Amino acid sequence: MLEPFKQIKVGIIPCNGEEICEGTLTRFACRKVLDTLRPNDTVTICLPLFIAGDKGEQNFAKTFPTITVDGCEKRCSAKSTEKLSGKPRHSIVISDLLRKQAIPPPRSRRTLDEKDEAAIDLVAQEIAARVDEILKKG
Amino acid sequence: MQKKVVILPCSGIGKAYGEMGRQAIYELIEDLRAEDVTTTCLGRLMIEDPDTKELVQGNQVITVDGCAKDCARKNVEFAGKAVDGALRVIDIFKDNRDLKPEGILRLGEPGFKLVHILAQKLAEEIDRVRRKEE
Repeated sequence: MLEPFKQIKVGIIPCNGEEICEGTLTRFACRKVLDTLRPNDTVTICLPLFIAGDKGEQNFAKTFPTITVDGCEKRCSAKSTEKLSGKPRHSIVISDLLRKQAIPPPRSRRTLDEKDEAAIDLVAQEIAARVDEILKKG
Repeated sequence: MQKKVVILPCSGIGKAYGEMGRQAIYELIEDLRAEDVTTTCLGRLMIEDPDTKELVQGNQVITVDGCAKDCARKNVEFAGKAVDGALRVIDIFKDNRDLKPEGILRLGEPGFKLVHILAQKLAEEIDRVRRKEE
């Protein structure tokens, strides 16, 4: 008899980051993973909805593995996730990641341009690698 | 020195409404009302960042939510602050259905036209809350 197939989805939780350029980068990198790199394996969790007490989002994050993506070392997304639903499987901080790879952060929080593509790719690939790691381990 | 109005968008990432709210506040801060307006990261309220709490408690606050879930407004209220004004992008969109954004983050020309309309509405809202303060 075939066992029922249970699809594992990974929840990607980006920070809001309105005040900082890295916050905008967070959004573009996460959307790249959701729309292009791992569309069948990932869903996004809207941080403000999650914090506002939406049970669907909070239960998802309790049941499925999550990856938080924060623009800065304040780690609002990681801390909120841990407080409301449990420790994220991976926690990525963009400012650290860019520093390690010597890639400059975007100069504008309003719009990203071609020069920021390398940073978007770096972060998106890092998220995708963590998604693969989770799916491999199960 | 005159206090600033703190505008907080929800920045929802699942639909374009969240991005339109975010872009509208950047238009206000950088183009239309640089002297009046500021923003901060909404998520910092949840981690009880002291500077963010002080900014929100000490100034008038307008929230910009993408949809009727009103997450930005609720997050501010959870932090113990009653908002002075609240707008929803979806309501502005209902009055301008021809201005459909092209993508969630890449809004395209129609999306940015709607952003501009929203920014103008927000500027009116800022004037309204400013008058209330006087």
